[in-house]
Amino acid sequence: MRQVLAVLAVVAAIVGLWYLACIPMNMQGVLVEAERAGAQVSPPEAAARREMGGVSLALRNGFAIPATWAQERPRLPAPHQVAVELWETTIDKKITSKRSLVYHGWVTLSATLLGFAIGTGLGVLLAVGIVHSRVMDMSVMPWAIVSQTIPIIALAPMIIVVLYSVGVQGIIPKAVISAYLSFFSVVVGMVKGLRSPDAMQLDLLRTYNASKGQTFWKLRLPASMPYLFASLKIGIAASLVGAIVGELPTGAVAGLGARLLAGSYYGQTVQIWSALFGAAILAACLVGLLGLIEKMVLKRMGMA
Amino acid sequence: MSSVVSARGLNLTFQTSDGPVHALKNVNLEIEKGDFVSFIGPSGCGKTTFLRCIAALEQPTGGSLSVNGMTPDEARRNRAYGYVFQAAGLYPWRTIARNIKLPLEIMGYTREEQEDRVRKVLDLVDLAGFGGKYPWQLSGGMQQRASIARALAFDADILLMDEPFGALDEIVRDHLNEQLLALWARTGKTIGFVTHSIPEAVYLSTRIVVMSPRPGRITDVIESPLPRERPLGIRDSKAFIEVAHRVREGLRAGHSDD
Amino acid sequence: MVLVVLALVLWGAGWWLNTRLAEGPHSGTSAVRLAIPLIFGATVLVMWELVVRGLNVPLVILPAPSLIVVRFADSIPILWADFVQTFVKGALSGYLIGCGAAFLMAVAVDRSEFLRLGLLPVGNFVAALPIVGTAPILVMWFGFDWQSKAAVVVVMVFFPMLVNTVAGLRETTAMQRDLMETYAASYWQAFFKLRLPAAMPFIFNGLKISTTLALIGAIVAEFFGSPTLGMGFRISTSVGQLALDMVWAEIVVAALAGTLFYGAVALIERYVTFWHPSQRR
Repeated sequence: MRQVLAVLAVVAAIVGLWYLACIPMNMQGVLVEAERAGAQVSPPEAAARREMGGVSLALRNGFAIPATWAQERPRLPAPHQVAVELWETTIDKKITSKRSLVYHGWVTLSATLLGFAIGTGLGVLLAVGIVHSRVMDMSVMPWAIVSQTIPIIALAPMIIVVLYSVGVQGIIPKAVISAYLSFFSVVVGMVKGLRSPDAMQLDLLRTYNASKGQTFWKLRLPASMPYLFASLKIGIAASLVGAIVGELPTGAVAGLGARLLAGSYYGQTVQIWSALFGAAILAACLVGLLGLIEKMVLKRMGMA
Repeated sequence: MSSVVSARGLNLTFQTSDGPVHALKNVNLEIEKGDFVSFIGPSGCGKTTFLRCIAALEQPTGGSLSVNGMTPDEARRNRAYGYVFQAAGLYPWRTIARNIKLPLEIMGYTREEQEDRVRKVLDLVDLAGFGGKYPWQLSGGMQQRASIARALAFDADILLMDEPFGALDEIVRDHLNEQLLALWARTGKTIGFVTHSIPEAVYLSTRIVVMSPRPGRITDVIESPLPRERPLGIRDSKAFIEVAHRVREGLRAGHSDD
Repeated sequence: MVLVVLALVLWGAGWWLNTRLAEGPHSGTSAVRLAIPLIFGATVLVMWELVVRGLNVPLVILPAPSLIVVRFADSIPILWADFVQTFVKGALSGYLIGCGAAFLMAVAVDRSEFLRLGLLPVGNFVAALPIVGTAPILVMWFGFDWQSKAAVVVVMVFFPMLVNTVAGLRETTAMQRDLMETYAASYWQAFFKLRLPAAMPFIFNGLKISTTLALIGAIVAEFFGSPTLGMGFRISTSVGQLALDMVWAEIVVAALAGTLFYGAVALIERYVTFWHPSQRR
């Protein structure tokens, strides 16, 4: 209960700071508009205003403060503007509309999920191979670990273009990026998990003369579950970022990344922020869903 | 005013979800200067809680408690005692010597003074030459000796020890008991010692406080007739066995009313 | 075709060699531990070369490693300028500012139980979000040059670092805190002598995660606008010109920068937290 209260307090503080930040951020633009509308602005010269900071302008033009939260194209949109835009583009718009955030979200989500499924599947398979084969372990594992320190997302634009030039377009190129971004974190996490049983537990199964397969199904796999889910959560977040970045270089017309890019071309800040929050909500839902599945699985296994 | 620790009608009640727990009830005890007092009893009898009250790590809910004629918290602020915990709790990122310097740094001793004292206490606990080692390079017994050295390094005339040897094996324990007695004889400190081993309590103490649980209270205080000079062999003497017997009887009496 | 067959033979030979090494009597030695992944990597590279030449794969799909090496050697001044722009100016400055700010924030939060209770879930939540998405906004605010890239990096590393530091500063046992109490140590004495050193493994965990995030942030932010240099800029424009050898050369730079950056932080970690069980030798 105290925790909920504390979280709410922190969130309220962030929203409050956000509203405050809007004032100096948007003041210049608001004053230009106000002057055009014939209002008395201090100082009256546009050049003098450009020299001044947002805070001091706000102090001299207190009347303009409410307007900083209601601009058409603010530098920093106020929270409620983003919320309204989110509402209009998700609930009010038909989901088939090109302007619906649900539509764009789905374009990104489908690529994310497809890639994540492929990446996870391959990652788990490789991890099983690594745990059971000393050669694979010693050959591949160091590279898998090194890959975690490399910004492999830099490959994304190339993958899109190369696959395009061989005739593959649409969901697949983005899914490929999503797949390899989740792949490595799943491999590393799963290997760690499959190795987590200690020597005593392995010795116990050896006293039963259990086969390799039995050891895997009865000990290694169940023991790896907490590790698997931890890396799945990291993996799906990486997959989503991969799908979004995959939409940037081709000038894609649909998807959350495309909304971000279009927004930044046309200075539609409210659109950028709502796409950003759309992506954040999507990520939160995906991670939350995995957390829920994790809880259920671990509960059934008697581990939580 | 010769009492170092004086408890009168001390009470401590913890509020838990299952209702109040009487950790200490009506505890009366005087500890004189230079005493070696052991607290013995089954788990839950409040022996550790009482020691923590003396150290101002717990707040009593009733009665009065004074340490060196002050409240326990004032005594803590005056750095009146050294405390040895169940585990050595040495910082792994500091060498043994720097672990012993830790309280000295906090209390603002000069650098030369620190070096000097570290050397002295390392000698005292038989760890000379190990100052440059890290705790994880030493055995459990040596780590515990280092933690005792850490408690001895500053000028506190009280030493509070909470089952300091509980996690060690019997042979190491005997050895450390012997060293502790020698150290007590040399320094003349007042020692409060929590244990659940009857032979340990009898071997070390001038007074043995027998406690029992639910509610935590003192059921017997036994003045030891043994001389202050105690070779290990004293444990086979008739006097020793008699005291041990009395302690055992006291523990059993405390249990019978469950 | 011969080259492709050769590639397959080479693959078999490399694998056979590694099997012999891995299951041989010396497989535990550090020389073999180092040799096996290197042999594996070399085999993959040579196979790549042979297959690309054997099947005449066009440059716009996959350039041969030898071409990439030549391109790399020819473009060192360009690559260096890109590296300075993206890594030194963008990633590194953002990393230092972001991690420093997160550390100070964590220290401030640590004094209040209530703040910590509220900030930890929020921080964990934000750390899982696609924060690179803030890049277009920050590019709009701070311009095309490295300042906006540094700003993206600050935002990206802030929360993982904050969460790790806050968790680390909690990482003391009740006994250790009681000991400080018996010394009547002040807040800052307990902080510097106990809590900060005890937090170091966590802090370095945050610092290590942040190295990769910093590079990702700096590169991806350049996709949203940059002056005419920088690793992300070079990658996106070279992709547009189908100069894939240049793209690969730039990726090599990114890989080297990422690994060395991480390695440097891990080395400092080894020096600072030598006492931690995971670092003892």
